Amino acid sequence: MGKGALGTVFKDGEFIIRQGEQGNCMYVVQRGKVEVRQHGDGGEQHLAYLKPGDFFGEMAVFEKEARSASVKAVGESLVLKVDKKTLLRRITEDPLLAVNLLQVMSHRIRDLNELMAHYQSGSE
Amino acid sequence: MASTRQSYVGEAFSTVSGDDRQGISLEDGSRIAVVGGGPAGSFFSYFLLKMARTIDLDVAVDIFDPRSFSNCGPAGCNHCGGIVSETLIQILAAEGINLPRSVVQRGIESYVVHMDVGSVAIESLSGEMRIAALYRGNGPREGGESSWESFDGYLQNMTTDMGAKVVRQLITGVDWRDGYPWLQFADHSETRYDLLAVASGVNSNFINMLDGSPATVKPPRTTRTFVCEFKSSQAELMEILGNAVHVFLLAIPRLEFAAIIPKGDFATVVMVGEDLDQELVHEFLNDPVVRACFPTDTTPCVCSCAPLINLKARSRPYGDRLVMIGDSGVTRLYKDGIGAAFRTAKAAASTAVFQGISEQAFESRFWPACRRISNDNAIGAVMFASTGLFKRFRFLRRIMYSMAAREQQKANRKPHMSSMLWNMFTGSAPYTEILLDAMHPGFIGHFGWNLLNPIRTKVKQKKVELKKAE
Repeated sequence: MGKGALGTVFKDGEFIIRQGEQGNCMYVVQRGKVEVRQHGDGGEQHLAYLKPGDFFGEMAVFEKEARSASVKAVGESLVLKVDKKTLLRRITEDPLLAVNLLQVMSHRIRDLNELMAHYQSGSE
Repeated sequence: MASTRQSYVGEAFSTVSGDDRQGISLEDGSRIAVVGGGPAGSFFSYFLLKMARTIDLDVAVDIFDPRSFSNCGPAGCNHCGGIVSETLIQILAAEGINLPRSVVQRGIESYVVHMDVGSVAIESLSGEMRIAALYRGNGPREGGESSWESFDGYLQNMTTDMGAKVVRQLITGVDWRDGYPWLQFADHSETRYDLLAVASGVNSNFINMLDGSPATVKPPRTTRTFVCEFKSSQAELMEILGNAVHVFLLAIPRLEFAAIIPKGDFATVVMVGEDLDQELVHEFLNDPVVRACFPTDTTPCVCSCAPLINLKARSRPYGDRLVMIGDSGVTRLYKDGIGAAFRTAKAAASTAVFQGISEQAFESRFWPACRRISNDNAIGAVMFASTGLFKRFRFLRRIMYSMAAREQQKANRKPHMSSMLWNMFTGSAPYTEILLDAMHPGFIGHFGWNLLNPIRTKVKQKKVELKKAE
């Protein structure tokens, strides 16, 4: 990725975070594409592809639970790490920063609700 | 779908903000003049328009800047070292602002501290390139056909995408009538605005036009810096400097510190000190430590300037319908000026949208953000005074060098000194945090151990000599 690259380069298939790990940062995709996968009772499932500008791992910033999903690079990807301490310190000074994160998280809840409704209507 | 979500947020905000507005406030159709199109002006305009949109407030923003950032050299430059700290890079990413590759000249992965006792490379504590070396304008003179994009130009485009208008008209005066700012122009026309945001820095004449404004017009205390661009080739600079910023702690009187920053085909030399003049610049560039790191015989200086920087905040950078952001008001001491511009600009924008544009509103919401920076600068002044001690006494420099070098060699060692130097030079942490690190028992213990080390060595040698004599 060379000149002008900010963040860390991950090769195709390389894990950025793994489900079950403890985390203390979130990530923002700078270039390329990453895949979110979750291992559950029914085996491993694809959850989403994320593109530049999308972030993931934000739950670790707000709670002390283990990572809920794994994320790996699809092709060569560039990902920027945002430290929990930096983010929380800034949010205490500027709570409006959290609004940006809340909007994305709220969007994800909405998508999940739609997915659940879809499954429920399918099972009825 | 997205607009529905946005209106929910807007409703939530309007409920919160409605009762909180103090005195005069922005209304639909309000006009805001932003003087200065650098980072402070652009961040202010961007956030103001973004927040106004969330509460369905329809306002117009005019950014006044006669410069075009597509010009090479001083005509399109904001005269600055051009480093964006890792803290700001992370915060911008969390805000959804990701600097493109065309803007970032080089990702910085380490800082090399050069002293007469040795040089030590301090790797990024995160193990990741999160510091950006970039050009505020379109690069130095002789930049030629550039493949890069100006940082200030990129931010300005962001604001125009949000609906701001950039006006390349020279302001000749400001008149305050009925409490409103009226901007006057060379063609004798004038325009009334509801809010004037001053982001013209300390190198512009505009500050002198604010006599009669509702804010304290006494300009901030400033000092002169020196910025010089040396032309080479990307390959050569990579070989000499790598992806590292080189900082110098030298016992040169009047020189606070200096840094060499690699950027594409150029290396930017930045010097900060007291009464910087050609003699001091010459002394620095010819210092053996500097010459060993960056010989300037073969790399010509193609562009230089001696801009002022803000050293001490204004006591009251706001008034009714007036707010001063970035260098015009309060900035961080010596470091992270762009970070301070971001913080003060966003605080001013959120105040204007959610609290109002009266002096009282700025006092209650904008000023605390400035005061935090200002109070931290007081600690910063103490920290820089202590680095003055290190520059003065060689044995202290030896301790600094040996502690940092040992920490960099051992991965599991707690990097007390490295962390302090990293934060001090990169501007990544508040000065208060650096002071607390300096008071950490681990740091004091290690420092004391290193301080006594030469005495212990001498005692041991003495004992060996005595034994031999017996």
